[in-house]
Amino acid sequence: MKLRVPVQVLPRHGILDPQGKAVTDALHTLGFAQVGDVHVGRHLAIEVEAASPAAASDAVRAMCAKLLANPVTEDFVIGAPEAM
Amino acid sequence: MKVGIIRFPGSNCDDDAWFAIVESLKEEAVMLWHKDHDLQGADVVILPGGFSYGDYLRAGAIARFSPIMREVAAHAGRGGIVIGICNGFQIACEAHLLPGALLRNDVGYRSLPVTIRVESTDSPMTSAATVGQCLTMPIAHGEGRFTLPDAELDRLEDQAQVLFRYVDASGQPTAAANPNGSMRNIAGICNVGRNVVGLMPHPERAMDPLLGSRDGLVLFESLLATVNA
Repeated sequence: MKLRVPVQVLPRHGILDPQGKAVTDALHTLGFAQVGDVHVGRHLAIEVEAASPAAASDAVRAMCAKLLANPVTEDFVIGAPEAM
Repeated sequence: MKVGIIRFPGSNCDDDAWFAIVESLKEEAVMLWHKDHDLQGADVVILPGGFSYGDYLRAGAIARFSPIMREVAAHAGRGGIVIGICNGFQIACEAHLLPGALLRNDVGYRSLPVTIRVESTDSPMTSAATVGQCLTMPIAHGEGRFTLPDAELDRLEDQAQVLFRYVDASGQPTAAANPNGSMRNIAGICNVGRNVVGLMPHPERAMDPLLGSRDGLVLFESLLATVNA
């Protein structure tokens, strides 16, 4: 089956995120005082051919380990595969 | 000495590196295309600066899977010398030839001359320098903030793998002298085997008084002395 797997890659907690900091400051300047920290990362939508949703997730996990996320500085979250 | 300079799509300091080797050092250099599978007998491989693959995904992340990187890793594995400058440093980290990662600068893109201090002469790029020697050369990068978990950073320091630190005019590694937020002002490192070196500043752009500094020369003379030893 053909599935679309969403992946979120974010800077690891505790590592300085200058993009997130700049966006936080801008939101505060605009009056959004309720904003705490903002973290800026990447969202990827990966279309894969797989036997099952679990197999699709496993394949995407391997892709994250090898290329899509930097294991030193980033964390990733794989979302539920969606049928296409 | 024969130096192989890898040209990735988006490399832009490849000609500067060639000029440093051929015009300044009077040694042999060969340009190697990233799709090649042969280092053509190079003693030293240089991964030059630039924006390989447009810095897509993360700087260096795509270039590390270029076909020739397999040969570069094998060369490094045999103890061969690999030098990563700027984007080349990012590529070497992504390829796990060097520890750590180079993240977005704390204050955006920086292009300016910096002063770096030599921390160890036990490397192919610092063997002709002296510990504490201060060198001026340019940086030009948006992602040069050297980052490593604290425990690994301590080990890096213990094993004297830190080769260069950003310092001020009096040679002190102050926060003000740190152009990108790198941990402990680190500007350049080597691997455990000491044959792979990465640095963010550009010694190849500091080879002639016309360029504002010739402080890069001692680093390339170190390479030559190491290969000829």
